[in-house]
Amino acid sequence: MDFIDYYEVLGIKKNATEEEIKKAYRKLARKLHPDLNPNDKDAHKKFQRINEANEVLSDPEKRKKYDQYGKDWQHAEQFEKARQSGSHGHQGGGQGGFSGDFEGTDFSDFFESMFGGGGKRSSQTKFRGQDYNSELQLGLLDAYTTHQRTLTINGKNVRITIPAGIENGQVIKLKGYGGEGINGGPNGDLFIKFLIAPDLRYRRAGNDLYVTQEIDFYMAVLGDDIVIETPGGKIKLKVKPETQNGAITRLKEKGFPVYKQDGKFGDLFITYSIRIPTNLTEKQKDLFRQLKEISTITS
Amino acid sequence: MQTEHLIRVDTFCVSHNIDFDFISSLHEMGLIEVVNDEEAKFIHDEELRKLEQIVRLHYDLAINAEGIEAIFHLLHRIEESEKEINSLRNRLGMYEVK
Repeated sequence: MDFIDYYEVLGIKKNATEEEIKKAYRKLARKLHPDLNPNDKDAHKKFQRINEANEVLSDPEKRKKYDQYGKDWQHAEQFEKARQSGSHGHQGGGQGGFSGDFEGTDFSDFFESMFGGGGKRSSQTKFRGQDYNSELQLGLLDAYTTHQRTLTINGKNVRITIPAGIENGQVIKLKGYGGEGINGGPNGDLFIKFLIAPDLRYRRAGNDLYVTQEIDFYMAVLGDDIVIETPGGKIKLKVKPETQNGAITRLKEKGFPVYKQDGKFGDLFITYSIRIPTNLTEKQKDLFRQLKEISTITS
Repeated sequence: MQTEHLIRVDTFCVSHNIDFDFISSLHEMGLIEVVNDEEAKFIHDEELRKLEQIVRLHYDLAINAEGIEAIFHLLHRIEESEKEINSLRNRLGMYEVK
């Protein structure tokens, strides 16, 4: 547990006036307030620190104690015991740390150790509970179908339905599955961010899927029927004669399902990769030479 | 028949210790929707998150209603941009795999 220089946190001098503290705090709070920096964990952390610094420095009692002990804060408890055996001091309420839909009142171990638990603004104001954020990893093919998963959030099992077509990085909100409301306020919400791992076979761009299909040299030259695996099942395709390496075939509505639009799908793009025969026998090589000669004559 | 979840504005004001006129001014500016009933005014529970955010910005950071409107406009743009970045990142990822 390290000492925290609250003056440095607020960027003020040790002899700053109440007005200067308030001004410095406001300025930083406007920059780092969680409502203005959604999804920025670094800003949230910094905001907690300035909130804590303000809680201490804007309260004359706490500031006095902090100034008196400074880096020797670990002895503050002994001081307090000795002092309280004489008379009970006034417990200042602070100048209002923020509260509400974020972790703005989560104080450091240093603060808890020196001033005891909670420096929160005491009021009977009802607030929505804290929102929870969670991440869920899925495979690409998991995201192809609507399915259910059970998550454990703060010790509780929550069964959720994941709609087909969800995208990597997409966030869904589950109303009321966050922290309990404060003073009887409604519960917060649960935000789940989906992280979809890349797939070895399929590549996804929006609702379109891309797949590379190997075909042998003879099929590419002469054409044939081929059965291709797709996330929706096997599909029989006709490979045209004289198909070139890298040729792309588009299969309409055989791609990824469109999020929350039942029955709608993107397209599937198949890129043909032609496998050149290897380990040819002398006879095969001879036939290829003959083919080459004929080709030189005809081209 | 669809059920609407509504919260009384006066209950919200008492609970958050704020002035009723503040909610009215937010409604007039189009920042929140207020439902008028013969007996009272209500807000949709879907708007509760936004309204609490507005209350914090106003009372904690002393930002006026015009400032809050500008902030919400910019936050909306940030959200849209983040979605676009995510979508582009996913498309870019397609060329990085393999």
